[in-house]
Amino acid sequence: MPDDRAAPVRPSPDALLAAAEQETRGRLKIFLGAAPGVGKTYEMLASGHARRNDGADVVIGVVETHGRRETEALVAGLEVIPRRSIPYKGRMIEEMDLDAILARRPALVLVDELAHTNAPESRHAKRYMDVEELLAAGIDVYTTLNIQHVESLNDVVAQITRVRVRETVPDAIIDRADDIEVIDITPGDLLQRLKEGKVYVPETARRAVENYFSPGNLTALRELALRRTAERVDEQLLSHMRAHAISGPWAAGERVLVCLSEDPRSAALVRYTKRLADRLRAPWVALYVETERALRLDTAERDRIADFLRLAERMGGEAVTIPGGTRIADDVLSYARSANVTHIVIGKSDRSRWFEILHGSVVHDLVRRSGNISVHVIAGDKETPAPGRSGAAVPTARRETWPYLASLVIVALATLVGFGLQKVLALQNIALVFLTAVLVSAVRFGLAPALVASGAAMLAFNFFFIPPLYTFTITDPENVVALFFFLVVAIIASNLTARVRAQALAARARAKTAEDLYLFSKKLAGAGTLDDLLWATAFQIASMLNVRVVIVLPDGDTLAVKAAYPPEDAIDAADLAAARWAFENNRWAGRGADTLPGAKRLFMPMQTGRGAVGVIGIDRDKEGPLLTPEQRRLMDALADQAALAVERVNLVADVEKAKLDAATDRLRTALLTSISHDLKTPLASIMGAAGTLRSFFSALTEEARSDLLSTVEEEAERLNRFIANLLDMTRLESGAIVPNAGLCDVSEVVGSALDRARSILRHHRLEIDLAPDLPMLSIDPVLFEQALFNLLDNAAKYAPEGALVRIEGWSDGAFVTLRVLDEGPGIAEEDRERVFDKFYRVRKGDQVRAGTGLGLGISRGFLEAMGGTLTADGRPDRRGAAFTIRMPVPPQARALKALP
Amino acid sequence: MNGVKLLVVDDEPAIRKLLNAGLSTQGYDVTSAATAAEAIARVTEARPDLIILDLGLPDMPGRDLLARWRAEGLDAPVVILSSRTDEAGIVEALEGGADDYVTKPFGMNELIARLRVALRHRLQQQGEKPLFKVGDLSVDLVRRIVRLKEREVKLSPKEYDILRLMVQHAGRVLTHAFILQKVWGSAYDVQYLRVYVRQLRQKLEDNPEQPRYIRTETGVGYRLAEPD
Repeated sequence: MPDDRAAPVRPSPDALLAAAEQETRGRLKIFLGAAPGVGKTYEMLASGHARRNDGADVVIGVVETHGRRETEALVAGLEVIPRRSIPYKGRMIEEMDLDAILARRPALVLVDELAHTNAPESRHAKRYMDVEELLAAGIDVYTTLNIQHVESLNDVVAQITRVRVRETVPDAIIDRADDIEVIDITPGDLLQRLKEGKVYVPETARRAVENYFSPGNLTALRELALRRTAERVDEQLLSHMRAHAISGPWAAGERVLVCLSEDPRSAALVRYTKRLADRLRAPWVALYVETERALRLDTAERDRIADFLRLAERMGGEAVTIPGGTRIADDVLSYARSANVTHIVIGKSDRSRWFEILHGSVVHDLVRRSGNISVHVIAGDKETPAPGRSGAAVPTARRETWPYLASLVIVALATLVGFGLQKVLALQNIALVFLTAVLVSAVRFGLAPALVASGAAMLAFNFFFIPPLYTFTITDPENVVALFFFLVVAIIASNLTARVRAQALAARARAKTAEDLYLFSKKLAGAGTLDDLLWATAFQIASMLNVRVVIVLPDGDTLAVKAAYPPEDAIDAADLAAARWAFENNRWAGRGADTLPGAKRLFMPMQTGRGAVGVIGIDRDKEGPLLTPEQRRLMDALADQAALAVERVNLVADVEKAKLDAATDRLRTALLTSISHDLKTPLASIMGAAGTLRSFFSALTEEARSDLLSTVEEEAERLNRFIANLLDMTRLESGAIVPNAGLCDVSEVVGSALDRARSILRHHRLEIDLAPDLPMLSIDPVLFEQALFNLLDNAAKYAPEGALVRIEGWSDGAFVTLRVLDEGPGIAEEDRERVFDKFYRVRKGDQVRAGTGLGLGISRGFLEAMGGTLTADGRPDRRGAAFTIRMPVPPQARALKALP
Repeated sequence: MNGVKLLVVDDEPAIRKLLNAGLSTQGYDVTSAATAAEAIARVTEARPDLIILDLGLPDMPGRDLLARWRAEGLDAPVVILSSRTDEAGIVEALEGGADDYVTKPFGMNELIARLRVALRHRLQQQGEKPLFKVGDLSVDLVRRIVRLKEREVKLSPKEYDILRLMVQHAGRVLTHAFILQKVWGSAYDVQYLRVYVRQLRQKLEDNPEQPRYIRTETGVGYRLAEPD
C-alpha cells in the first residue's frame, strides 16, 4: 500500500487494530485435511486433551466419532455439551447447542465439521456462523475442515474430483483463523486406511467415494491443502511484520476488480478473483454496473447478481454497484482508475461476432482502453450453477413482443403516408418518411425494435416504391446504393436514439429514487414524535419496495413492534428472535439472510454511529428473495435515514429528560432546604424557650416566663400548621383527596375559617362583606375551610399589622365569587401564577417571609378538586393582593333559599 | 370537682404525662392506660367517672373499645382524642357513644372545658334548667320564648326545635345526624339543617359570618356556646 511505502517504519494502523480486536475474541484453530479420513477429529481431540492437561476449561460442542474406537476413547475424557434436538419434517435433527455453550462459557470448545449446514430452524444457516458467534463471545474454538469445502477452491476441487461440494466455508473464516494445522498423511496411507474401514463412508455413496479416493485426486487435494495453508502462514508472517513495522517486500498498491453480470458464470469469476487477489496479497472489489438493461432483467437474473455480490463479500471482497450508461467499459474503467485498480477480471464473452459488431464488446473495449491496468479474460465453467437458493426455480421472463409489433405498425403507417406523398415527393425523399418511422421506434421502444423497424422499412421502401414496384428486385444501380445508405443511416440513427433513450430512462429512474429519498428525508425531518417518524418510515418503505413493514424498537429489556404498515401489533417468536439477533449483532437476519432464515420476515438493523437503534422487518406474500440489488441499496439508504431520524428524536428526548431531571433535582433540593428550615426554626424556638425556663426559672421575671411560654405555644402552632400543610400537599399529590361534597352555606364555612384563623389575624383588622342571599355551594366544607384558612394565613403573613383584611362574596347566579383582599406589598404581575407553585415564595430583596410556600398551592388544589378556581391579582384601588375564588352554583341550590 | 376519677387511655407516654400533670392541677384524680387491655382492666377495678380515649391504640381501635364499653352498659362520659384530618372517625365515635372530642394538638384549656361540659351533662341529664342564658341570648324552655337583648325573636317551629336541642346540650358538639334524628325523626339531608342554621344565625347573631353562639365544627356538626 502507498502509505506503507511512505512511512516504512511505522506499524500499519490497520494491522494494529486487527490485532487489538483479535485479543478480545476467542482464538480459532482449524485442523485442515485434504480428504475425509486423514484423522482431523482425532488430532483435534488430542489437542483438546493437551489443553485440558494444561489446566484449560475444555468442552466438546459437537464431535462426530463415526464409531471409531480411538476417537471415542478421546471423547470420553472431555465434558460434552448435550446437543439440541430440532424437529424437522417429522424427524428429530440433532444440532450443536450454541446457547448452552455460550451459557457454559468454557475457555475452549471443540467443534467438528466447520462446513456443516444447520437444520432449517437453527439460528444460523451454517455452523461456521455459530463458530463466529463463539469467537465473538471470547471462547476459543478448535474445528476441523476438509480442503474441498473452502469457498475459493470450490471450482478447482470440482475440476479435479468431478464432485461438486455444496457445503462451503468462506475464505474469510480461514483468513481469520489464528492457527491452521494441516493433518497430512500420504495418499498411500489414506488409501490403506480406507481399505481397513477406518474412513467413515455412508453405504449409499460408496461407489462415488471410490472414484473420489483415487491416488491422483488425493495427491492434488493434498497439494491444495498444503498450498492454502502456506498462503495463510505467509499472510500471518506479513501481518506480523506490518504490526511490528518490519519493512518487507510486500506487494504494494495492487488492487483487483472483477466485473459481474447476470451471467451464471460470474460466480467462477469471483472465486478466481479471490485466488488472484490472495496471490497478489491485494484487496479486491466485485463491481456490477447497473445500466438501463438492468431495469429489464427478470427477477431470477437480478437475484443472481445479488448472490454474486454477496458471494464476493463472503470471500472477503468488497461489493460495489455503480450506475452506468451504454458504454459499460468506460464506466468500469473510470471506476477502476478512481479506485487505483491494477487488475481487472472479466468473463470471456460467448456472443457471436455479429452481436459484437452491433453492440460493441465490453471485453474488447476494456482491453483496448485499459492502459496500464491488466485485464484478465477468464472462461467460466459453464456447469457452475448460481450459488444460493435462487436460480432455476424462477422461470426466465420472455421478451415482450409488442414493441416489435408496434414498430412494424409504425413502418406500415409510414408506408401509407409514403403512398399519400408519392405524387408530391421525389423517391429519395420518401426514404425520409421511413427514417422518421425508425427514429420514432427507437425513441419509443429502444434499440432492438428500432433495428427491426429499420429492416422492415428497407423492405417496404424497396417493395412499394423502388421500381420495379411490388418486387424486391432493383433495376437501377443508383437505387441499390440509395437503399444501402438508407439502411446504414437507419441503423446508426437507431443506435444513437436508443442510447439517448436508455440514458434518459436510467436517469429518470435514478431521479425518481433520489426524489423519493429527498421527500422521505423531508418527511422525517418534519416528524416531531417518534411515533410519527416510525409511521412515516414504515409507510415509505412499504410503498417504495412494495412490501409489508414492521419496525421494532427496544422497549425496556425487550423488543416491541412500534410501527407497521399495514398495521400489525406483534410478531411471532421466530421473528422476534431474528429481530433481536439483527439488533444485537447489527446485521441482517431472517428470511433470505444467513442467520435465522426460518423467520417470516427479513430484519435489517437501523444503524447509527452509536449502534443499532432498532430493526426494520419486511416481508411479502410472494415466494423468493425480497430485495433486488438496487432495492437493497435503496433499503440501506432508507434505513440509514430512518436511523438518523430516530437517533435525533431519541437525542431530543434524552436532552429533555436531562432537563426535567435537573428541574426535579432543583425542586427536591429546594424542598429539602425549605422543609428543614421550616421544621427547625420553630423547634429551635421551642427548645430554646423550654431550656431557658428549666435552667433559669427562678431568675426570670414573671413577665419573661410568660413571654417564653407564649413563644412555645405560638411556635408549636406554627409547626402544627406547617405539618398540616405538608400532609395536605401529600394527600393532594397522591390523589388521596376525594371531596366529600354536599350543599353547604358559604358564609358558615367562611365563619369557621375565620374562627380558626382568629389567633393569627389578631393584629389585623377584619372586614367581611358577604351578600346575604349567597346560594348554597356543592363543596366539601373541610377542604373549603382549609383553602380559605390558607388564604387568610397568607394575608396575615404579608399584610402589615393593623392593615385591613377583607373578605367579600357575591353571586351572579351561575357562580359565587369570594375574594380575600389584603393591604400587603401585593404580587408582581409575573409572579401571579407562580405563587401557586410548590415552595414558591415571593422574594423581597434577600428576605424570604417565613412560611411554607405550600398554602396557596394547597388552596388552589382543594378548590379545583371541588370544581372551582383560584387566581391571584393586584388591587386596582390600592396596594395589596387579591385572591379570587370562583365556584359554580349547583342547580339544586336555588330551591333551598329559605325554609319554614 | 374534687375526687372526680379520670382515666386517660393513650399509647403516647408524653401525652399521658402531660394530661396527668395538667389535669391533676384541676383536682382530678387521674389514672392512665397505654393499651386497650390495660384500659379494660382499669375500668373494671377503678370505675372512672370520665374517660379520655385516644382513637389510635396499638391493640384495638379506640372506637371498638368504646363500643364494647357502651355494650357492657358503661355510662361514664367519654371524650375522644383524635387527629385533625379524621373528621369521619370523630363523627363515627360520637355516634358510637362518645360525648365530645378534642383534636391533637390541643390546648389544655380547651380539653378542660370539654371535660367540664361532659361531666355536667351527665349530672344534669334528668333535671334541665328552664332558662338558658349566654351573652345577649336567652331561651325560656318552658314558655318557648327566645330573646336577644330583651327583644323577642320570632322563630319558626323547626328553628325553635333545633335551638332547643342545642340548648339542652349546650357546650357539647352535636353531629348533623344527631340533630336531624332528634328534630326530623329521620336522617334527613344535611343541607336542610345547614339552611335552618343559617336562618337561625341571621336571627340570633350580630354577625352571622362570625357566630358567637352557634359555632360550626367543620365536618362534624354544631356546638352551642356554654351558658354563662
